[in-house]
Amino acid sequence: MRYLPLTPTDRRDMLATIGTKSVDELFRDVPASARLPGKVSGLPDHLGELEVERAFQDFAAKNVSPSTAPFFIGAGAYRHHVPSTVDYMIQRGEFLTSYTPYQPEITQGTLQYLFEFQTQVSLLTGMEVANASMYDGSTGASEAVLMANRITRRTKALISGGLHPHYRAIIETTAHWQGYSAVTAKADSGGLEELIAKVDKETSCVVVQNPSFFGHVRDFTKLAAACHAAGALLIVVVTEVVSLGLIKPPGEMGADIVVCEGQSIGNGLGFGGPYVGLFATRDKYVRQMPGRLVGETVDADGKRGFVLTLSTREQHIRREKATSNICTNAGLCALAFTVHLTLLGEAGFRRLAELNHAKASELADRVAAVPGVKLLNDSFFNEFTVRLPKPAAPVVEALADRRILAGVPVSRLIPDDPSVDNLLLLAATETATEAGMGPLIAGLKEVL
Amino acid sequence: MADTKYTQEHEWLRVDGDVGTIGITQYAQEQLGDVVFVDVPQAGRKVAKGEACAVVESVKAASDIYAPVSGEVVEANAALADTPGDVNAEPMGKGWFFKIKLSDKGELSGLMDEAAYNDFVKSLG
Repeated sequence: MRYLPLTPTDRRDMLATIGTKSVDELFRDVPASARLPGKVSGLPDHLGELEVERAFQDFAAKNVSPSTAPFFIGAGAYRHHVPSTVDYMIQRGEFLTSYTPYQPEITQGTLQYLFEFQTQVSLLTGMEVANASMYDGSTGASEAVLMANRITRRTKALISGGLHPHYRAIIETTAHWQGYSAVTAKADSGGLEELIAKVDKETSCVVVQNPSFFGHVRDFTKLAAACHAAGALLIVVVTEVVSLGLIKPPGEMGADIVVCEGQSIGNGLGFGGPYVGLFATRDKYVRQMPGRLVGETVDADGKRGFVLTLSTREQHIRREKATSNICTNAGLCALAFTVHLTLLGEAGFRRLAELNHAKASELADRVAAVPGVKLLNDSFFNEFTVRLPKPAAPVVEALADRRILAGVPVSRLIPDDPSVDNLLLLAATETATEAGMGPLIAGLKEVL
Repeated sequence: MADTKYTQEHEWLRVDGDVGTIGITQYAQEQLGDVVFVDVPQAGRKVAKGEACAVVESVKAASDIYAPVSGEVVEANAALADTPGDVNAEPMGKGWFFKIKLSDKGELSGLMDEAAYNDFVKSLG
């Protein structure tokens, strides 16, 4: 197809036809204060391709990227080493260019990797059945609440103060438009939240996160029992899936639905997405589960094969009564997850988790030894919260000016609560080195 | 079975006193094929005539079951959770779905008797 730009004559003819003198006149309904007067300052006028590339390289160089600086940011997205094999595998044309299978059984390769993905997710979470993935952890969490509402026929969700604020926001948005209520607890920076007393006969589900947004690791076995006694479900969210290499899986605590952000395995930070949501539940709830489900079977000759199963839950069959409006998934990210986890194996995954915890323990010891800094966690995996002697946001900015990415000030995600202003979240994965920790500690001492 | 009524949605309703038992017809189960799952309403639920209140799922399709009359659900067939095949084996016997306490017996006059239903099925070809 040829691209034919409009000539000045074309424009003049079109304006004359609609009775307008200039293109600017078409914008007269936009208030003058909202209009851009002239050019954007600092942005060059149109240039040739080579010049544009140079200009944008200069812009990009102003960013401090994770690979070029000491990096301790987590809060829901984690920098891990992804082996180059993963990229090679997912870039094979059979995987890279395929779309969600609408004639599924013809694409056995896709169904097989999704089946393996589901198996891995079931094993990691300690649950009986997992779907072929969601868009990401946060939307998966809101789908989990909708599912719990369907199962319990109740409409009140109780949200822990330890849940990531973005996840909470998405659940609240869905609640608003789906007409149920989400009761949210206060931010739980100390990891001492007690939700059992708040569970009542109207509660459809309790949503907790492990480790929590503030890094605390908890056992929710008692909470699960209290939920079940009241006829409610327990939803456990995991934003750092590598933690499941060391921490008791939510399934063993009695969780009814487990939702994870799977980015840490196989997927880079990528400016926040696309990521991949893991979603697992109990067998007895499978018909209320959102998303696609791949099953293993045998063909007419008795050979192993894969099918999409229980599709009657889905939008293309049940229309407006489907369990969810999700009609695709983060397939390529799920593949990256599966390839990376397969490369690691069970022992490798546990070793990766141990390495993360060891690095974070070292970082916690060294940060807590900086005068005026107090560690808030009794337990953590690869991320923890410290209280600084002054507001954390300007400290992080000052360190960023020194090209050190020193974590996430809690006030950035919880802006309306002055009690968290001095709190800083720090994460250390297997990628942390002395070359990064040394400058961070020195920088903190200077800035505080 | 003079007290059994039928709907154009292929449900049957057998009235005993003011309680009606509801299921799907032989024709309906043949059309659906093997039933693999049935979702029945909870006891206590109030339903209006024509309201979708149960789901029957077969290897071919998932279909809604509509309340043939208005009233309150007093019992659901819990056994179908484990043996959904009862719907195929005995659609008008142990394959029943749920029981409704009728709020308006006058609604019964709008339903078909067995002869009328058989004619209706024949008319579908």
